Amino acid sequence: MAMPAGEIEALIKAALPDAQVTIEDLAGDGDHYAATVVSEAFRGRSRVQQHQLVYAALQGRMGGALHALALQTSAP
Amino acid sequence: MSNPVFDRIQSEISENAVVLYMKGTPVFPQCGFSARAVQILSHVGVPFKGVNVLEDGELREGIKSFTNWPTIPQLYVKGEFVGGCDILMEMFQNGELTALLDEKGVPHQAAA
Repeated sequence: MAMPAGEIEALIKAALPDAQVTIEDLAGDGDHYAATVVSEAFRGRSRVQQHQLVYAALQGRMGGALHALALQTSAP
Repeated sequence: MSNPVFDRIQSEISENAVVLYMKGTPVFPQCGFSARAVQILSHVGVPFKGVNVLEDGELREGIKSFTNWPTIPQLYVKGEFVGGCDILMEMFQNGELTALLDEKGVPHQAAA
């Protein structure tokens, strides 16, 4: 099971409209990505909460269709 | 209605200062991210309890809903969820990990 990078970006932006998202395909298998997400929604939240926001945006695909997503999150 | 898996997790993270829920064991990690988490904890020289979620399907799923965190590994310090491999790596690189251990009174030895 795999996911195209564009779909990941679209899902994140649907949930976090102001997000700047950069995605890197780590292994070329559609299963292992690194993503940097910058959004105002992260301001004042802990790193765990920031990552949970992104996982929620991916609507349950994290750990399933998407095996690995190395996340870097921050507020602008 | 109590959840036996949650009860088990709760007691493990209360009875052990540092717990790493991982795939495989600290000696034989069976996933790159779990292996990296083990390396980081070994590097800062903090003793920890490794729990192999691959041995228990219920635990493997239960841990994810326990913290609303979809992936493994998961690190706990003094009963508190710290994060997965990314967060652990970031904290290790900027010194937050050792600061957290100090703050929580968890002894650790920097690698020689």
